Amino acid sequence: MTEPVITVRHMYKRFGDFVANNDLNFEVYEGEIFGFLGANGAGKTTAIKMLCGLSTPSSGEIKVAGFDVYTQTERIKRNIGYMSQKFSLYDDLTIYENIRFYGGVYGMSMKDIKARTTELLKQFGLTEFRDSLISALPLGWRQKLAFSVSILHRPKIVFLDEPTSGVDPITRRQFWELIYDAASSGITVFVTTHYMDEAEYCNRVSIMAEGRIVALDTPDKLKEGYGVANMYDLFLKIVR
Amino acid sequence: MIQVNQLSKSYGNLTALSNISFHIDKGELFGLIGSDGAGKSTLFRILCTLLLPDKGSATINGLDVVRDYQKIRTMIGYMPGKFSLYTDLTIEENLEFFATVFGTTIEANYNLIRDVYVQIEPYKKRLAGKLSGGMKQKLALSCALIHQPEVLILDEPTTGVDAVSRYEFWQLLKGLKEKGITIIVSTPYMDEADLCDRIALIQKGKIMKIDTPKEIVRSFKKPLYSIRSNSLYQILKELRDFELTETVFPFGQELHFTPKHDITDTGIIKKHLEEKGFGETMIKSIEPGIEDIFMSLMTKEMSEEKQTETYNKY
Repeated sequence: MTEPVITVRHMYKRFGDFVANNDLNFEVYEGEIFGFLGANGAGKTTAIKMLCGLSTPSSGEIKVAGFDVYTQTERIKRNIGYMSQKFSLYDDLTIYENIRFYGGVYGMSMKDIKARTTELLKQFGLTEFRDSLISALPLGWRQKLAFSVSILHRPKIVFLDEPTSGVDPITRRQFWELIYDAASSGITVFVTTHYMDEAEYCNRVSIMAEGRIVALDTPDKLKEGYGVANMYDLFLKIVR
Repeated sequence: MIQVNQLSKSYGNLTALSNISFHIDKGELFGLIGSDGAGKSTLFRILCTLLLPDKGSATINGLDVVRDYQKIRTMIGYMPGKFSLYTDLTIEENLEFFATVFGTTIEANYNLIRDVYVQIEPYKKRLAGKLSGGMKQKLALSCALIHQPEVLILDEPTTGVDAVSRYEFWQLLKGLKEKGITIIVSTPYMDEADLCDRIALIQKGKIMKIDTPKEIVRSFKKPLYSIRSNSLYQILKELRDFELTETVFPFGQELHFTPKHDITDTGIIKKHLEEKGFGETMIKSIEPGIEDIFMSLMTKEMSEEKQTETYNKY
């Protein structure tokens, strides 16, 4: 974890009089699992949209995967993956059609897509379901597959927006193992969650409140610094 | 207050509810705990008279959800999982609309909604579509309460809501319970279970367990240990292959470990880990939480399913 893959300096985003992101400063390193926490409406989604090249900051110097968020958004998009709870895979396409679609969007060759498909299906034991509709899969499987599809093109960074919301406790843990595997293969993971036990699984955690980052460190150091036993108590202490 | 008898519902091949029976007493705060796809919303829709069951029956205050649906609709308040208010009306207009539909006024019931509504009242001229998630949730609860329902049915009111707002929402529910309203609420967050009088753990359309949170915790008969170390992930992988392991799951900053047989001395785990090169570990016996029990029941059901599958194959 030496090279920063995300560098954010004095990032602001204003909507009229409202300051959604107020002077954000942080770095995320290669292979790191970075937890991006905060209350609803604290400005997390606004920040993620800018880091993904979907929205332009009002001011600040921001680089993602080595590219500038003002001028090189298309190159950023080629180097990142994205997955959310609300939207992931297409229900009315089969597993293979989804993989082929996303592979195409990410600019992969047909040969690579085929090879990665075989690999993925084997990893999940889903080979015989290659041509089944996504809607036929249980939610837990869908979320795990969606994650794998979001890193199909081996991006430098993957953004996960509440990936485990509503998922059963066992699948939630399996999902985090996939995150660990991805991180150990060098992919940087930028993740939001409302499950405070999951905050413990991150290498570092930032906590946003009212547009600002109010805490940023390893879970252990944060707990020690605030004198609390777990991340739930920490969150309550900081955000309330 | 609510009586559910052998209720079943399927959508094509998919079984959403499989022969479910339970009851809820008047004034109870009852939690339905389960993940997405467990059948929670289907059950709620049947109780709200919005969906017909395939088999079985349900009554609310003695009224049948199929036959007496009109009467039931006046006595329940329902907050669906998806925000379903009018996004092009303001906060105040939405509330007025629901009050009028039920033949009442905001003023007449202000007392009941006050604790919830004061938090969004300063923004009452704002369009509902322009509200943050937390504010939408409070507006939806206000609208569900405006006709003084006897029963409040809340479908995942806290999903996707941050830890602080979840805590505040449960404080509001406690206040409503004190006013005598019967509340049935569903949630995927296991930590909310402790705040209910009784809970049902639901998975794949079946109720795995139903009781007070305390009794459910007491039903966990196996010993449970927490393991702390600086290399949790490696230890997790190591313990999966350990001959004494029944289950091992990560729980935030620790692992929860259940042994196959009763072991009184944790030294045997410590020794095993030391042999594998993990020196600094802290192991202690702990009380289980609802999530431990939920996973233990899930594991049990999964292994039973596998056995049936194997049986069917041969």
